[in-house]
Amino acid sequence: MLDFPRWKVISISLLLAFGVLMSLPSLLGASGQKYWPGFLPNETINLGLDLQGGSHILLEADPADVASARLETMEESVRAEMRRATPRIGIGDISRKNGVLSFLVRDSTQVDAARDAIVPLTSGAGLTGQRDWNIEVRDDTRFVLTPTAAGLENAVENAMETATDVIRRRIDEMGTREPTIIRQGDNRIVVQVPGLDDPEALKALLGQTAKLEFKLVDYEADPNMVAAGRAPVGSQIFPYPDNPTGLPNLAVKRLGGISGDKLTDAGQSFDQQTNAPVVNITFDTEGGSKFARLTQNNVGRPFAIILDGQILSAPNINEPILGGSAQISGNFTVESANQLAIALRSGALPVDLKIVEERTVGPDLGKDSIDKGTIAAIIATVAVLTFMVVTYGRFGMYANIALALNLFIIVGVMAMFNATLTLPGIAGFVLTVGSAVDANVLINERIREERRRGRRVIQAIEVGYKEASRAIMDANVTNIIAGVLLFMFGSGPVKGFAVVLMIGIASSVFTAVVVTRMFVALWVRRARPQELVI
Amino acid sequence: MRLLKLVPDDTNIGFLKWRNIAMAFSILTIIASIGLVAAKGLNFGVDFIGGQMIQATFTESETAPIPDLRDRIGALGYGEATIQRFGDANEVSIRMRLPAEAESRPEAASEMTENIVSTINAEYPDVRIDGVESVSGKVSSELFETGAYSLLFAMIAISIYIWIRFEWQFGVGALFALVHDVALTFGLFALTQMEFNLNIVAALLTIIGYSLNDTIVVFDRIRENLKKYRKMDIIALLDLSVNETLARTVMTSLTMLIALGALILWGPDVIFGFSVAMFFGVFVGTYSSVYMAAPILIWLKVGPDTFVPAESANEQAEKLGGPEQIG
Repeated sequence: MLDFPRWKVISISLLLAFGVLMSLPSLLGASGQKYWPGFLPNETINLGLDLQGGSHILLEADPADVASARLETMEESVRAEMRRATPRIGIGDISRKNGVLSFLVRDSTQVDAARDAIVPLTSGAGLTGQRDWNIEVRDDTRFVLTPTAAGLENAVENAMETATDVIRRRIDEMGTREPTIIRQGDNRIVVQVPGLDDPEALKALLGQTAKLEFKLVDYEADPNMVAAGRAPVGSQIFPYPDNPTGLPNLAVKRLGGISGDKLTDAGQSFDQQTNAPVVNITFDTEGGSKFARLTQNNVGRPFAIILDGQILSAPNINEPILGGSAQISGNFTVESANQLAIALRSGALPVDLKIVEERTVGPDLGKDSIDKGTIAAIIATVAVLTFMVVTYGRFGMYANIALALNLFIIVGVMAMFNATLTLPGIAGFVLTVGSAVDANVLINERIREERRRGRRVIQAIEVGYKEASRAIMDANVTNIIAGVLLFMFGSGPVKGFAVVLMIGIASSVFTAVVVTRMFVALWVRRARPQELVI
Repeated sequence: MRLLKLVPDDTNIGFLKWRNIAMAFSILTIIASIGLVAAKGLNFGVDFIGGQMIQATFTESETAPIPDLRDRIGALGYGEATIQRFGDANEVSIRMRLPAEAESRPEAASEMTENIVSTINAEYPDVRIDGVESVSGKVSSELFETGAYSLLFAMIAISIYIWIRFEWQFGVGALFALVHDVALTFGLFALTQMEFNLNIVAALLTIIGYSLNDTIVVFDRIRENLKKYRKMDIIALLDLSVNETLARTVMTSLTMLIALGALILWGPDVIFGFSVAMFFGVFVGTYSSVYMAAPILIWLKVGPDTFVPAESANEQAEKLGGPEQIG
């Protein structure tokens, strides 16, 4: 029990030295790290948002939105296919009710041709051969397309994947440093941005879908019908808050528009005549030629610029726009124009995202927390160290060295894994100071007890370590169970607490049991004590 | 050098003599805690009921103008604000329900924040906004659910572990001790109306882990003594075990309380509630390991045969020449 071969002493010492070494870059702070030699490990602990200030935002997509968007796309594809077929297939009575797409093929002899045209649209993109849609023909001529569960799941997955990319691009465009963007669950995205000055701007940017469309205004529509929200055949109604005529709505043609995803660039600038903030956009080749055709064929007529289902403006086409770039006017401020430019550059979100949770911490509060946490940790450590020496003398001193090493190791391990220190994590750290000595208390009390029963010094130490180990092990397993549950169920900062707690438990068992035993063994070997002050 | 001994050698306090009174007292405090929670309710933070919390510091003022803030924010028409001191006297937390339309129009929540902040700013230019938390009803009910489940799982998982490592009676004893500690901490939060948020659930989970430390150390000694002193009366044996481990129990609880005391007095304001919960939990945990966990073993008829069946014990005793030498 107490014989410690040289190799054991060396390997334990090396391990401790490694832990201390790993902890130093984090403890030096930003100013001290400059002098840290480059060949040594330089990982540091991350500070959580609650310590360095910043925003944590949880975004959620509604899978029903994805489903309805898909249904809409399907309708457009079906219409296009039927038009393209030779001879053209006439369809009617199209409905998207109850999550299915249904329509009539007017000529029953064309049902087979219609089916052949639709089948390619319904097969899944994956290699599994699973269909995304089931096709059914009822009463000979009615087609019913039902999305399959697998297809829908896939679509949600893809939408979330794209949305995550889009959000990453948008935040990068804002020029924020080190954002964290992670998918969570099936339909959520966590965004964490440290040290942000203007959380409202971030929220506005994340909340904007940025779906841009250009559509021709249906200028023949009856204004009274439009005002009442009823669209003529082939048109649809969009709200138009800044309408110069004062009407709340405007009717635009369903077909023949261009969507804003065919852009290569967007930027904020000023209108040359009015000097109002505008957004300049540049189409890609395909979008550019489409836009040229649209403007060529409709000179003198107005077209509507629609953003996220709202009309921004409806300027007249004065001349064909052939250069592939255009100007979006609207009731912009410089900020909102700039924000729209960022959103357009980084692409539209494939699905609306709602902010369901937001936590923002100002940098002052974070700094205050670090300062107070440090003070509390120092006071707690000094008090516990003093208490241990007064109570156990030499053995208390050993326990204290172990505790100090333990604190270094916790920092070192956290740095090694680039773990995040949160405010509750600081509490976990202080708590570890109080609880880490428990193992030594157990051992030392047991040694006292064995001495009282008349065991000789060395025997008492041996029995003390051996008998106490069992309780130490059981007690720490229960702590680990609680820690694992904390980690599994806790949210951000609480997870940080669980991490500190678990690392602290593991390393405290090592330092309090193995390391102090080494100290004691070396001392016993050297001093051969006949009497024990404990 | 004379060392400090908090518990003198050969202390022999008849703890278990008082077990019926103590148990009655424990059960009463549990019932009182449940009653408090039922009557006064917990002061749930936005984590669990949804809504918005703004933390603000009035940097140039001695104290925060809480009544005036309440009036001004109330006049905005978003409903009544819950305003509490938070840390120093010039720091407050302002809690609001989310506006009803926030469910369909998420910007409504941000607009409310901006409105409140600019209203305060207009009257008190020294105000500094330290943080904003906004949690939707959906997320808060999820957090509530996972919080409740994790507490339940933790108690059950730990009791099962004790059952496996010891015997089922010990698992039951541990579970009762845990219920006691958790119930009383809930009672404390109902009584003081301190904000009950995610951090407090974290504290409760930690208490569940740590308050069992004492229980386990006592149990471990009971097991050892049951094997050692097979003829001893169970009450005397439990008393002996508690007394033998008393020095350690007192020492460890003290070091924990020292560390947590430092956190309460000097630590960050944001985790004040957490620190108080932990401090209280460690305190009642120490009591419960002596007065909840141990007496239950008597009622569940734990005896020398619980770990070593009578026959094999005799054989062992013969081999070793008497039970005294085991261990």
